[in-house]
Amino acid sequence: MISAPDVVAFTREEELEDDLYREPPLPEEYSVPLFPFAGQGANPWAKVAGSKFTRDFILISEFSEQVGPQPLLTIPDDAKVSGTFDLNYFSLRIMSVDYQASFVGHPPGSAYPKLNFVEDSKVVLGDSKEGAFAYVHHLTLYDLEARGFVRPFCMAYISADEHKIMQQFQELSTEFSKASECLKTGNRKAFANELEKKLKDLDYTRTVLHNETEQQKKANDKGYYTTQAIEKANELASVEKSIIEHQDLLRQIRSYPYRKLKDSEFHPYEPECALDRADVGSDQDPTASDPAEPGETHLYTHVPSYTPKLIKAKSAKCFDKKLKTLEELCDVYFFTQTLDQLHHIERTFRGDVCYLLTEQISRALLKQQSVTNFLFEDVSFLDEKPPEKQYRGCQELSQDAIDEKCSEESLAPKVIISLGSYKSSVECVPIKMEQEMEDSEEPKLSESVMSEHQENLDYLDADIKGSISSGESIEVLGTEKSASGLTKSESQASLPVIPSPQAGRSKVGSRRTVSEDSIEVLSTCPSESLIPEDFKASYPSAINEEPYADGDEGGLRFTPRANPGVRDGQDDASKQESLVQVDAACCIGKESPNFLEPLPELGQKPCEEDGVVRIPPQPYRPAEQGLRGGFPSHDGLSGGLLPYELDSRYLTGSREVSKSSLDECSDSTGHISSAASTCSDRTPSPAQPACAAGERHRKRAGQNALRFIRQYPFAHPAIYSLLSGRTLVVLGEDEAMVKKLVTALSIFVPNCGAYAKPVKHWVTSALHLVDFQKWKLIGLQRAVSPAGVNVLHALSRYSRYLSILDADSKTLRCPLYKGTVVARLADHRTQIKRGSTYYMHVQSILTQLCSKAFLFTFCHHLHLPINERESEESVVNRRMNFLKLQLGLANEDIKIVQYLAELLKLHYIQEPGQGGSPLLRFDYVPSFLYKI
Amino acid sequence: MLRWLIGGGREPQGLAEKSSVQTIGEEQIQNPYTELLVLKGHQDIVRFLVQIDDCRFASAGDDGIIFLWNAQTGEKLYELHGHTHKITAIAPFSSSGVTEEKTDLIITASADRTVIVWDCTSGRQVQKVSCFHSTVKCVTVLQRLNVWLSGGSDLCVWNQKLDLLCKTSHLTDAGVSALVELPKNCVAAAVGKELIIFRLSASNNGSEVWNILEVKRLVDHQDNISSLVSVNDLTFVTGSHIGELIVWDALDWTKQASECNFWDSSVHPDVQPEIKLSQSPHETSVQHLTSDDECVFAAVGKGIYVYNLKMKRVIACQRAAHDSSVLHIEKLPNRQLISCSEDGSVRIWELREKQQLPAEPVPTGFFNMWGFGRANKQANQAAKKMQENTPVYFLELVGDLIGHSSAVQMFLYFGELGLATCSADHLIILWKDGERESSLRSLTLFKKLAQNGDLQLRL
Repeated sequence: MISAPDVVAFTREEELEDDLYREPPLPEEYSVPLFPFAGQGANPWAKVAGSKFTRDFILISEFSEQVGPQPLLTIPDDAKVSGTFDLNYFSLRIMSVDYQASFVGHPPGSAYPKLNFVEDSKVVLGDSKEGAFAYVHHLTLYDLEARGFVRPFCMAYISADEHKIMQQFQELSTEFSKASECLKTGNRKAFANELEKKLKDLDYTRTVLHNETEQQKKANDKGYYTTQAIEKANELASVEKSIIEHQDLLRQIRSYPYRKLKDSEFHPYEPECALDRADVGSDQDPTASDPAEPGETHLYTHVPSYTPKLIKAKSAKCFDKKLKTLEELCDVYFFTQTLDQLHHIERTFRGDVCYLLTEQISRALLKQQSVTNFLFEDVSFLDEKPPEKQYRGCQELSQDAIDEKCSEESLAPKVIISLGSYKSSVECVPIKMEQEMEDSEEPKLSESVMSEHQENLDYLDADIKGSISSGESIEVLGTEKSASGLTKSESQASLPVIPSPQAGRSKVGSRRTVSEDSIEVLSTCPSESLIPEDFKASYPSAINEEPYADGDEGGLRFTPRANPGVRDGQDDASKQESLVQVDAACCIGKESPNFLEPLPELGQKPCEEDGVVRIPPQPYRPAEQGLRGGFPSHDGLSGGLLPYELDSRYLTGSREVSKSSLDECSDSTGHISSAASTCSDRTPSPAQPACAAGERHRKRAGQNALRFIRQYPFAHPAIYSLLSGRTLVVLGEDEAMVKKLVTALSIFVPNCGAYAKPVKHWVTSALHLVDFQKWKLIGLQRAVSPAGVNVLHALSRYSRYLSILDADSKTLRCPLYKGTVVARLADHRTQIKRGSTYYMHVQSILTQLCSKAFLFTFCHHLHLPINERESEESVVNRRMNFLKLQLGLANEDIKIVQYLAELLKLHYIQEPGQGGSPLLRFDYVPSFLYKI
Repeated sequence: MLRWLIGGGREPQGLAEKSSVQTIGEEQIQNPYTELLVLKGHQDIVRFLVQIDDCRFASAGDDGIIFLWNAQTGEKLYELHGHTHKITAIAPFSSSGVTEEKTDLIITASADRTVIVWDCTSGRQVQKVSCFHSTVKCVTVLQRLNVWLSGGSDLCVWNQKLDLLCKTSHLTDAGVSALVELPKNCVAAAVGKELIIFRLSASNNGSEVWNILEVKRLVDHQDNISSLVSVNDLTFVTGSHIGELIVWDALDWTKQASECNFWDSSVHPDVQPEIKLSQSPHETSVQHLTSDDECVFAAVGKGIYVYNLKMKRVIACQRAAHDSSVLHIEKLPNRQLISCSEDGSVRIWELREKQQLPAEPVPTGFFNMWGFGRANKQANQAAKKMQENTPVYFLELVGDLIGHSSAVQMFLYFGELGLATCSADHLIILWKDGERESSLRSLTLFKKLAQNGDLQLRL
């Protein structure tokens, strides 16, 4: 793994900060604040103490036209998660910051109702009173029965940690976009179906009406039309008009996929293609429609069915009807897909932000080791779509799309969202001030801020905090403004407002309005099209430099790609439109300088504020506790444990870690371990075993391995066996004990391919040769039965392929080991006390081994003669010299590297398609019996 | 090792039995096979391996399926289905007839009384013959005459296109158990205890009229002939179930020499009782014979015997080479001998020459009291009596291959490519030289790197 300081993230509480502020400042070494909530079992590591929920969750809300904002569901769907947190209240908050005027209706001068294919908007919002911060993703779904055909929804990722939201904005945005796209795809499908049914109804109604009119005509002998007849004729006319309108709508919705194909955000789902039979050629711009009077809304209220029905002219009252559920709106299949995706998001972003960041960094680095990473790492996650790539790809793609769309759709308030703009939305917080200053219309806002602000560019987090602590209950920290135009005065609450697409364009962001609910938009993000190209290009380089530069300081100052740590002046230009007003209806005027004031002071704070521990807390109890006795499952995470219980366990552990790592600098290669990060977060993750299983496995394996190397003096030859590819059989009567040993040793087993580790935890039958090909670590039952004798016979028969660790008699039979690598890997006097730390230590040494194996494998002259005349012997000599002198390997260490090299070769040679026949390599070397 | 694991739970008899066989231990410097590949496919005992060309071989067994394998990569090339019963005989047949281009065929005979000819290149069935009255037990190709013979209850001669050229009358119900080609268009067929010489004659006008005539019946064997092998143009050798070995002149079919004392107690009077205990007729049966120019190597019971044709005596032997019957032996070019056995192991032996006569030929630690050591001594004494200056040979175990969990039926030596073994555990194992494979992989790796253009890129 990639080395990172072995410390635990720790920050002072923001609110405490305020309280302590008035008191004389403590000396630096006493600056660890007291934690007032400790008695309640809450997690003192949480950054915001006041929040009423225990862990991050996802909230889906709707702005219902009947009852207003209402929460629909949370993920995880557990009442405990949100706790006393007021979902209703928060729904109101998050729904009130939707900037996109996403509604469908009759635009002025348009003959037909028009569907706007609006993009989602992405907003970051904070509520310091609630202690909640949220990434809010607004989207609109179509509903034939809804007002203006649209139903505004939003998905919000709610966390108590604003850093997390800000720093993971890009990732959150990517993931939520997927979910949103899935919902919308299903929705379009359902909407089209609905329209089709409606059209059938209308058609049927028309036929009926037509017949009636004809009959009346025939029956009419008086020579003039009765009022009845006239009524009928009017009705017929309106039905026909309605048919045309609906056909138009259907065409619009069907043409959507074609319009969107080039868009990077578009993830087509297969089923919808079937819907596109018609209207392939008619890719008519829906925005170009003729002036006409508004359509008859009374027709949009009836639920059609497959058998055409007569449609009555009058609809039911708006509030009598029951609105469709989200599930109905989106088709069950897509709905469940979306839920899956949201669960995935919840799992992905669980845990502390520093952990997420290090994880992302190590992933990115691991991905670069494309040749060797399969050996000891779980590379399955690398198959997932990396956000980075997507980001870049999107940028390019969307850039194209922008050009296209800008030219062809001038009226549609359609905005191309790219991840690049998400990023800038995160970063724009401080910059927005500059931009305001530059903005000639609002010079007064920025003056006071400007000078200090320049110095503080690097401390975005602090900036954010500053704005949080400014006393307002909700701030919008950054938003993705979706439509460059439609921002000024549309509100979610008054949907059928006629858009004036051109209106706000030039003046957007020019003035800050503060709402009466003290909602403030600190900044919003402009659409992608406004970001200069060179600005975007500047990200990657900045990212690559910073982590390494800061890594030595012991703090977790890694800045991943999403990290807004680096900004340059170019930003300013891009922020032309970043400041957006909230709807005036829900805002009261508030002086901007008020809330801007805290920014400078916070900005000046030293970098200790950025969420990194500088001084570790003292341990509360002796560190040895987990290591006594047999194998107490100190780290066992049973699902039944309450979160705070787990927390306390973790806490202890993490303190141990931080202490030991500071005391003993030799093991500085550890990460912020998974456990540490879990405990430093408010969201311990034991509830779902599926998630973070890898984490727990690592932790447990590390802990067990640590015990193993302390308990067994012959740990070295055993580990050597594993590293050199000789199958190790752990033999024992007690399944739990054997499995524990196998788990412990499994971290030393190199993978043979990208598939699962060659580890078999428990076998009860006799082993065969084939098993040794497949598995390199096997837990084997020792039984007294005749079958057990067979098992032992097989062991003795195949003893040349095996090392045998007898867990019952504590003996080991395996080849001699005299190298040095394993001694470093498994020092029984190691000061490392936590499993996850030890795991990291192991990973770092194994990574070293991998790099040696890589060098060895890919040096041409070590394996092949330089010229024709060179003898095989001299090549062998050169090879051995390289191993011994260049790589500094001694004795059996050579065999480890040779084995790893062989695996690398096989992996590289192997064609992607075929699985590659597993081969068994072995040596004819004598084994020795080790006893305790 | 075993004791350590089991804790002395095993009956002493078994241990004693075990210790009678020479063992080599875990350090085998001369054993080149340090890598193995398990080839899975068969669903029953694999009995036959036959080489097709330099890098391909076929396997067949009781499941009636024939597999074609790549000996280098272990890749399964074809799976040939056609027989409904177990395969009883298999022979490669490279036809170079009408079309001038050599095609590799294999002929398989099965207990379903059919013979199928397969094309190894396409993996297709070329032709099938099912007019047999009994199971064909052996198939021999006479490459020179471009015909092949099938031996069951009678002997049939076929040409390449599977036309029946001629056949003998019904010979025996038991059927022909072995066939060997002799000079002058003759074949020797082992039918029970008898050895029958047939002569093939094509009619003079060349109109493909063939005839097969019985020339001679040799009845020197006391028991069923179990193996029949041709040494060179002048000699062939037969072995029987009770351990008789007869060397025949291939031209006039006379007995040149015979040896029936492999197991005879008179040669080893002091070990007789012990051997008798475990000896059944099966244990003395000549399971397999192989030869080079000088010697005939016989797998007799559990032992291996080297019979020198010139000296007309057994020059070296390994009385208990395996734990149970040796099923197949083969001589390698480098004075090495490989044997496989019912005990599931394959052993590599080297025929070594001893210049002096040591009282104890090998360190006692290696051999047990009444096994090899004494036997060898006896042989030495005998040799000393006969000829003082004759070099004395012995078979030294240089390596063993343990992988199969059941009897190893046969093996195929591919030289550099390695060794393929087939077994009753349904598996075929390819044993390879790890060093060689490793450098081959390096070669492939750098080729692929160059192909991908990664040589610069990745650095």
